[in-house]
Amino acid sequence: MRPVYTIADNIITSLGFTTGENLASIENGCTGLKKVIDPLLYPEPVILSRVDQIKLNVLFEELLAKYDKKTPAAFYTRLEKMFLLSVADVLYQSKADPRDKRMILVISSTKGNIDLLEDRFKATFNHRRLYLWEMARIVASFFEFKNPPVIISNACISGLVAIITAARMIGNGRFDQAIVAGGDIASEFVISGFQSFQALSPVNCRPFDRDRKGLSLGEGSGALLLTSSPDDTAHQPVLFSGGSVTNDANHISGPSRTGEELALAISRAMTSAGISPTEVDYISAHGTATLYNDEMESKALDINVLNKVPVNSYKGYWGHTLGAAGVIESVSSIASLRNDRLYRSEGYENPGISVPLNVLRYHESKKLTTCLKTASGFGGCNAAIVFQKS
Amino acid sequence: MNLHITSYCQIHDKKVVVNDRFIFYMENFLNFADFLKAVYKQEAISYPKFFKMDSLSKLGFLATELVLREKPIGRYCSEEVGIVLSNASASLDTDIIHNDSVKDKSHYFPSPSVFVYTLPNIVIGEICIKNKIKGENAFLVSEFFDGTLFENYVQNLFINEGTAACICGWVELLGNNYNALSMLIEREENMEKTGNQPPWNLPFTAENLNQLIIRN
Repeated sequence: MRPVYTIADNIITSLGFTTGENLASIENGCTGLKKVIDPLLYPEPVILSRVDQIKLNVLFEELLAKYDKKTPAAFYTRLEKMFLLSVADVLYQSKADPRDKRMILVISSTKGNIDLLEDRFKATFNHRRLYLWEMARIVASFFEFKNPPVIISNACISGLVAIITAARMIGNGRFDQAIVAGGDIASEFVISGFQSFQALSPVNCRPFDRDRKGLSLGEGSGALLLTSSPDDTAHQPVLFSGGSVTNDANHISGPSRTGEELALAISRAMTSAGISPTEVDYISAHGTATLYNDEMESKALDINVLNKVPVNSYKGYWGHTLGAAGVIESVSSIASLRNDRLYRSEGYENPGISVPLNVLRYHESKKLTTCLKTASGFGGCNAAIVFQKS
Repeated sequence: MNLHITSYCQIHDKKVVVNDRFIFYMENFLNFADFLKAVYKQEAISYPKFFKMDSLSKLGFLATELVLREKPIGRYCSEEVGIVLSNASASLDTDIIHNDSVKDKSHYFPSPSVFVYTLPNIVIGEICIKNKIKGENAFLVSEFFDGTLFENYVQNLFINEGTAACICGWVELLGNNYNALSMLIEREENMEKTGNQPPWNLPFTAENLNQLIIRN
């Protein structure tokens, strides 16, 4: 496997429309989670992190003008607009050519344009748009990607699986470059479903905290460019050093009791990166703030003797963004590495897991080389990636 | 490394085919769930969790059961068996059921037992639970089955990720349109050591994958 680097990225959430805007908000201790009263989303008030609709439309009109597109903005769904802006930002930063035959687009989403199932959208959008491949095709054709996009829909680990998939396709020489883009929107579909599970917290989510009461949903998109040759780039290249996916084989909606399978994904990712646990400087955990997920994750980190390593969850800032989560949280972790800056795990105050972890209570400047990113999801799936400064 | 498709099952067009043998046919059925139940009964599968699954999971589960009945994978470690599935409609068949439960605000009844199946990779989760599969797993979505993508993806799992056996295939369902092809992929040196049937196999190539999905 030849080395694979990431050199450009984007995050769109309630906290901003670029990686820089999001990190500046996090640096200032902002959270995008707030109580939303919107009967189109849920009959009762619900805690959400939402992308600014007005700014999204303004930026999207600018994008259409920049690419000289005659198609009206109303042709695109809300999620497609987010995807297109994320990918455009990464193409702009990297000057990569989407029409290059050695370039592949990898899309991560759990539900895509699922809001189009609602009656209010039926007259405006063709039902084909409900298919992930049609949504991905629209994103790909906007930029004239030569190769058909690869689409990953693997619950909450989709973003990490998409990055791992793209990195492997570059590592084994099938492609030279990939843009990985992840996205999902907050919809009535998803909110009502998680609410029926009684998984949503009545207050802002508090990952790893004693008083955590469930997760908070968010929406967003993100993208990053992976390449085999990180020449002449403004950003310091960060290495994708290894990644692995495992399954609990235990329960479709509850995490493993022992954490052994996430632990296996972590140890395999470290082995493939050729590092030992003592070399990990920082862990960006999944940290959904449900009782069982955080408990399981702490056990998995403990099995790998990683419980002393500084760890955070970004869910307290922008909620659980589902298919975007793995991508945007990888991007923020990569930015952490580049800036030698660790960010506080928003919502955390008191230890609330049986195995103590070193959860970050404050932002901190520290020399960083190696970061571990993890995720777990419904269907018993787990994923882990090691990123390193090159 | 030489990889082979060592067993397959296709459920499509009212019939079930395992390694080129017809094992089930049903001319008339009102809904697809009845068809799946009839296959389950005829093949004497005993797994009570089957009845809790949504139709997509039942379809993927049944096809994979029939593959692994021909070629058991018990001799492999849980951690070295992978599973990669794909389809076109993701979980849309069950998404519609969940969406119907929240359409009417005066009759609002979302159910966790339906909602959990609104992710296509749940079918992978169900197969993993039944067969104790803990290795690499991924669910891909594409308009049509993409043999080239599968060849590259799965080959890479064997070469670089320590995978020793892999289930892969296509599990598509929307309304009464269904097509499932589940296959077991093994290394040449591990072939023909298990199973009761005369050995059946095809080299694991994009061409063979693409042909298998259309020829039945």
